[in-house]
Amino acid sequence: MSILVDKDTRLLVQGITGGEGSFHTRRCVAYGTNVVAGVTPGKGGTDLDGIPVYNTVDRAVAEMKANASIIFVPAPFAADSILEAADAGIPLIVCITEGIPTMDMVMVSRHLKYMDVRLIGPNCPGLLSAGKCKVGIMSGDIFLEGNVGVVSRSGTLTYEAVNQLTEQRIGQSTCVGLGGDPIIGTVFIDVLEMFEKDPQTEAVVMIGEIGGVQEQRAAEFIKGHMTKPVVAFIAGASAPPGRRMGHAGAIITGSSGRAQDKIAALEAAGVTISTSPAEIGTTMKKVLAANN
Amino acid sequence: MKVHEYQAKQLLAQYGVPVPRGSVAKTAAEAKKIAADIGGKVVVKAQVHAGGRGKAGGIKVVSSPEEAEKAAGEMIGSMLVTHQTSAEGALVNAVLVEEAIDVERELYLGIVIDGVIGMPVVMASEAGGMDIEEVARTSPDKIFKTYIDPGVGVHAFRARGISFDLNLEQAQRRAATETITNLYKLFEAKDCSLAEINPLVITTDGRVLAADAKLNFDDNAAFRQKDIEELRDTAQEDPLEVEAKGKGIENYIKLDGNIGCLVNGAGLAMAVLDLLKLAGGNAANFLDIGTINDVERVIQAIEIINSDPDVKAIFINIFGGMARTDVIAQGIVEAHQRMEIKSPVVVRLAGTNVDEGDRILKESGLNLIRAYSFKEAAEKAVAAA
Repeated sequence: MSILVDKDTRLLVQGITGGEGSFHTRRCVAYGTNVVAGVTPGKGGTDLDGIPVYNTVDRAVAEMKANASIIFVPAPFAADSILEAADAGIPLIVCITEGIPTMDMVMVSRHLKYMDVRLIGPNCPGLLSAGKCKVGIMSGDIFLEGNVGVVSRSGTLTYEAVNQLTEQRIGQSTCVGLGGDPIIGTVFIDVLEMFEKDPQTEAVVMIGEIGGVQEQRAAEFIKGHMTKPVVAFIAGASAPPGRRMGHAGAIITGSSGRAQDKIAALEAAGVTISTSPAEIGTTMKKVLAANN
Repeated sequence: MKVHEYQAKQLLAQYGVPVPRGSVAKTAAEAKKIAADIGGKVVVKAQVHAGGRGKAGGIKVVSSPEEAEKAAGEMIGSMLVTHQTSAEGALVNAVLVEEAIDVERELYLGIVIDGVIGMPVVMASEAGGMDIEEVARTSPDKIFKTYIDPGVGVHAFRARGISFDLNLEQAQRRAATETITNLYKLFEAKDCSLAEINPLVITTDGRVLAADAKLNFDDNAAFRQKDIEELRDTAQEDPLEVEAKGKGIENYIKLDGNIGCLVNGAGLAMAVLDLLKLAGGNAANFLDIGTINDVERVIQAIEIINSDPDVKAIFINIFGGMARTDVIAQGIVEAHQRMEIKSPVVVRLAGTNVDEGDRILKESGLNLIRAYSFKEAAEKAVAAA
């Protein structure tokens, strides 16, 4: 097993003919992902290394039976691309695009509430089931197939964590990058629940950061519903207060955006905290040893 | 992005939110003329991107055009230090001269996007004129939250509900309802991240007025809000941050340590600050170069770090995903050709195209401090600073 993506994933790439889109399509294919189609409006009828390109997602789904989509479309048009994929009935949409206006994502998230669609991102590195399928931009060669699930709000810090696990010869089941924007389609709780149910996953690494309340919500979920051990790192403990968190944005959450509050909530839920970002791998090794 | 109070009030007025009569002055003489036009008592308010102006002497009530001239003369060109500015303060380039209003009640009205719910939320409180974060902390029950579905906007019944939350009298309810509706229209149309009226004043003669206003804008929407971008006042921002922005590096924040950092990804950049601190050092900046695959941007990022006099060592930590380490390596090499780099440079590359990146650095013959693990890299950077 694994979660969300595997050998049965039939991937569509929206924005396949762009610079990033074509570069990462080729890397997904090289990892073993079954990329069945691409979409770039106006480039329908062409192909990328034999992958057919369509003008619309509708056509791509009708002809190639895509069941997942990855989006590399530029920010001004990305929200529309998410809605196009959802409208075409694609159940899993992964939006890599960075810089989408927040109000666009407000509209998207309201719309998706009424549809049976899972959105990952935006502004995320995507996801990867080790040895099976990559729907993202992570460097595939740092992964090792195994039993630890990884879920993170960060992009590159996720690679760092995976790299540390692999260096300790701890393999991964699936790694999911949730994205760093204020409004994202999938949050910690969603992925933790999937890892808890996934027979391949034995333990979970969770990487959070300052701002918002998603880590605290995850802590509540872990306390009530998780039997598998969780190791967490929260980035930004040394960040100067007030620089990045907007004035009234903090009102909704009170002071809960701080790293120490998130760490306290997770510790209270039985999560093992890695205090250093360089010790995520070794911390997991100790936790696994203690549980065996 | 932030704008000045006078700019925020101009936008509010455009959207039908009543504001006090007044105008902005760039000189003391202009302030005198505006005060004379208004007549009677006026308020002279220093225009800086920071709160806490009243206590810092940046807001003065005066009774004649001459006094307005004097107050404006003292403020314009000075550095105003408030609890929200740096120790040096913020430069006052302009003052807002407004009619003095007789206040009956001070309320709070603000709109932000609640990321958890994924919707804009109107926050209203009878505890206006105070630090609203303090109110949220000590008595959250005094803040009323109303979520707005962006597909339909503010229903009349919701705006009316807020006016009842605020215990407004019938005579003011209509004006308040319009103010709430119009503030939301502005919030949505201009891609605000914060629209705040604090205080929203009920005057003794029964008017509803935005006595102070703060608007912040979503930087991601700058491409479709050109008129807002024109309101940017770079004098209110850190000069190195302005330079970085001019070079297309949006995510640069000046800090008070001595290790200049160049990292890809905000989470990893934050983790670098954490790790440096754990290793006994301190970062001179936060710099997330993002997923830019452009040698020129890398060179410019290095140039900004190199031009910071506080920097004693440069720490480049790149874990390639979307960003390609070969592009970063090429940028490091060309930066050394183009400028004199005064500090030792610690480089750690991992991820996408790392073999090519390592080859480029090795063949350059540059005297770089190389590191391969995250921890080792941070320790070497601290040792070099």
